Amino acid sequence: MLRNSQSSFGWLAIFMHWLSAIAVFSMFAVGLWMVDLDYYNEWYTTAPYYHKSVGILLAIVTLFRVFWKSKQVAPQALGKKWEKKAAKVAHFALYILLLCLFISGYLISTADGRGIEVFNWFIVPSMGEFVDNQEDLAGAFHDWLAYGLVCLVVLHVLAALKHHYLDKDTSLVRMLKPLSNQQTIQQKKQKENL
Amino acid sequence: MKKTLLAAGLLLSLFTVGANAAEYVIDTKGAHASVNFKIQHLGYSWLLGRFNSFEGQFSYDADKPTESTISVTIDTNSVDSNHAERDKHLKSNDFLYVDKYPQAKFVSTKVEELGGGKLKVHGDFTLHGMTNNIVITTNKIGEGKDPWGGYRAGFEGTTRIFMADYGITKNLGPASSHVDLTLHIEGIKQ
Repeated sequence: MLRNSQSSFGWLAIFMHWLSAIAVFSMFAVGLWMVDLDYYNEWYTTAPYYHKSVGILLAIVTLFRVFWKSKQVAPQALGKKWEKKAAKVAHFALYILLLCLFISGYLISTADGRGIEVFNWFIVPSMGEFVDNQEDLAGAFHDWLAYGLVCLVVLHVLAALKHHYLDKDTSLVRMLKPLSNQQTIQQKKQKENL
Repeated sequence: MKKTLLAAGLLLSLFTVGANAAEYVIDTKGAHASVNFKIQHLGYSWLLGRFNSFEGQFSYDADKPTESTISVTIDTNSVDSNHAERDKHLKSNDFLYVDKYPQAKFVSTKVEELGGGKLKVHGDFTLHGMTNNIVITTNKIGEGKDPWGGYRAGFEGTTRIFMADYGITKNLGPASSHVDLTLHIEGIKQ
């Protein structure tokens, strides 16, 4: 049940999916909020510290998630041919946007040679400055990418809801808990009877 | 005849002023010049920073210091406080807004002599798109031939600006309303 099957995701994929979902929304909200904080606000230094720490941890989780995904069977995509194709492109784009967000975020804070401290736990070292005004360039990208990711996530959510309520397939359910092959077949039968 | 003489005399004096006051270009190429700033942090310490990119020229004659002129143009994008995250914030629209105001500029309007190589340089300082008259208290450090066939003169100057005067209203606390600017310049005679 930890691993994926032909018809459903396993617990590990499900866990990492929802962990990422919570992290992405929180990071987006905190990111927008923290850059406009008043200098004397008690969160002025702590909010960016948490944002960076969570970002690094999410990057590590995501790298492992991609690795895990590559070692697993992918549950069969559901829907029409174009939907399957669009889903594949969108899922790929979600990963790419996430990776670019990690890289751009890293490049902002490390432009001056400082590393990124993760929850007073470990430090990710800087690789130095690659381009002039790296912090500005990376900052602008980080901003655009964040909006781009959230837009795509909204589309992703709408598509999941469409599969669940309109197509009445298992797309959403199998990301909530692993379905056995039996359950999938049952669901298929029910759908055919409708 | 008198009038003509007077006119000729005036013309001559103008000409000699032009000829005597030597023109200098600030040696930014060899980096014998810097534009530094400091601002209080919470009222507990000084935060130091600098602008790495600027250019300027001045005219100076030790015999007629009040006829000196100077202009300096600063690339605001080159602000450097030795912390990338802070520099990013300083360059944003909370502070320097470098996308909109890529340059800060000082152009002198009047020079007063205080004696002992000290000068008061009045001029217009433009920052964040707003211009105010400021006075730079200037100290001559020295002048003379350099070992490579040139002639140099150097000064240091300090001034205090209030950020609100330039439309920068981000609140950094009561001790941090102003910035002290220090210019160290060495000019090469042209």
